[in-house]
Amino acid sequence: MSEQAIEVTDISKTFAKGKVKALDEVSFTVETGTVLGLLGPNGAGKTTIVRILTTILKQDSGTAKIFGLDLSSQSHVIKRLIGLAGQYAAVDENLTGFENLVMISRLTHLKKSVAKTRSLELLEQFDLTSAKDRPLKTYSGGMRRRLDLAASLVNNPNLLFLDEPTTGLDPQSRLMLWDSIQQLVKDGTTVLLTTQYLEEADRLADQIIVIDHGKVIANGTPSDLKAQFGTSIISVELQDNNSAELAKAKIQDSISNKLIVDRNVLRIISNDGPKLALDVLRIIDANSINLAGLNISEPSLDDVFLTLTGKTIEE
Amino acid sequence: MTTIIEQKTQSNIMKSVKWLAADTLTITKRNLISYTRIPQALFFSTLQPVMFVLLFRYVFGSAIPIKGVQYVNYLIPGIFVQTVLFGSVSTGIGLAEDLQKGIIERFKALPMSKMAVLMGRTIADLVRNILVVIIISGVGFAVGFRIQTSVVSFVAALLLLLLFSFAISWGFTIVGLTAPNSETAQVMSFPLIFPLTFASSAFVPVATMPTWLREFATYQPVSVLVDASRKLMVNFPANVSNWSSVESIFWSLGAVVVLLPLAVYKFSKTA
Repeated sequence: MSEQAIEVTDISKTFAKGKVKALDEVSFTVETGTVLGLLGPNGAGKTTIVRILTTILKQDSGTAKIFGLDLSSQSHVIKRLIGLAGQYAAVDENLTGFENLVMISRLTHLKKSVAKTRSLELLEQFDLTSAKDRPLKTYSGGMRRRLDLAASLVNNPNLLFLDEPTTGLDPQSRLMLWDSIQQLVKDGTTVLLTTQYLEEADRLADQIIVIDHGKVIANGTPSDLKAQFGTSIISVELQDNNSAELAKAKIQDSISNKLIVDRNVLRIISNDGPKLALDVLRIIDANSINLAGLNISEPSLDDVFLTLTGKTIEE
Repeated sequence: MTTIIEQKTQSNIMKSVKWLAADTLTITKRNLISYTRIPQALFFSTLQPVMFVLLFRYVFGSAIPIKGVQYVNYLIPGIFVQTVLFGSVSTGIGLAEDLQKGIIERFKALPMSKMAVLMGRTIADLVRNILVVIIISGVGFAVGFRIQTSVVSFVAALLLLLLFSFAISWGFTIVGLTAPNSETAQVMSFPLIFPLTFASSAFVPVATMPTWLREFATYQPVSVLVDASRKLMVNFPANVSNWSSVESIFWSLGAVVVLLPLAVYKFSKTA
């Protein structure tokens, strides 16, 4: 078996007759047994990558291999090796949890008896046994996601695709789902996961790819990227843009950290937030610049974007 | 690890035919279970043709005199046709809904037969139409409809109707795959279905229509089916042959031959 679970080379995809460039020569590899976090804002192209790699959509150009098998010519074989839990819990809400899992199992061509046993097993694993005979429309959002994840596992996939598995979930359901994913990884499943949350990618992924406007803008281990993003962001709020620029100029003289001015806010990327914040405050005070606010936080996806592109996500 | 992949990769043509059948059965079952879980939808979609029976039988009926036949016997074959036609619209609505909810996306990533997604839908709707046809038969008998031929002939007419409904549902499959959502699928269907149903011999003789419309109404497939059913159920008009039954079968088979590949093509392009 190939060492690489996924090998993507120069994949491009356009929509709306070429007007919208969803993916622009994207390349990356994922080693078997590892977790790739595909990080990016809405519309960056994450779902398009997942849909191409799960054989739902065809790329315009470029090649992709799953476990060494060519995506275009061996999609039928690949389908047996992968599992997909989509962005929308893609299950039939009129069917019960059990019926949904049996249906997906049967469509994955498990024998009837095996399909039933496997479904019950998965319901148990995802803590849904007591709700197994209720139609899905009575399930909560978290329960649906869990069932959706269970449905993607009926064939014991070697490679699992999770498209924004926790978007819209409450913190507790998110933690439960993270545990489930970590357990799967421990059992040897390779995972490609898309997310808008840096925290999620950091927690689950061995490798993170940041994607924006269909292009890979960063690729590395979480610690590589953290070294680039810093572990904390100091946001110094000042009276106006001029004082922010002035503060930046003064701080630059004695501190080598990356500084970004965004309107009246000066952001400093750091690996030692509280200590650096003190130094920054001393400089601001020494130059008699009026301080309007101060905040030290973990970097968000927005901060990562600001660091990488110099732009906020909305731009 | 290597052996797992080898086991998972074995496949051949015999298997794919077998899986088409098995997957179609699974999807059909799923769609039928879905229908029973929303009994209100099932009830009201059946109530609609019943209302049409009552409307034409008791409101318009006495104003439409037709020589040589009681209007109720003229009407019921037409009602059957209208009912299965209107019923086949649900094929498109159901598919559009599945697309909208992402279920089709999941099916597409599974190693299942793609055609089974569509076959399972059209067959489930065929089964539903069988149920509806039985109900309409009951209502028809209750309002005075009587078979003027034989039970065998009546059942033959019902089979003709069901074949047509199956054929036409492939057309609505394409509508469902084209529409952005289920509401649109529904409003897209009616401009197609209204002229076919009402500019036909279903409720009134085509001879009463203006010339330009009469040409269309005489030869279009719904009229052919209505004429065939009427002949088989109540032997009206008595002096014509059963040729329209053969003609109707050709229309239905022709529609399947054209629409099914188109639907499958459209499905493969829909992502």
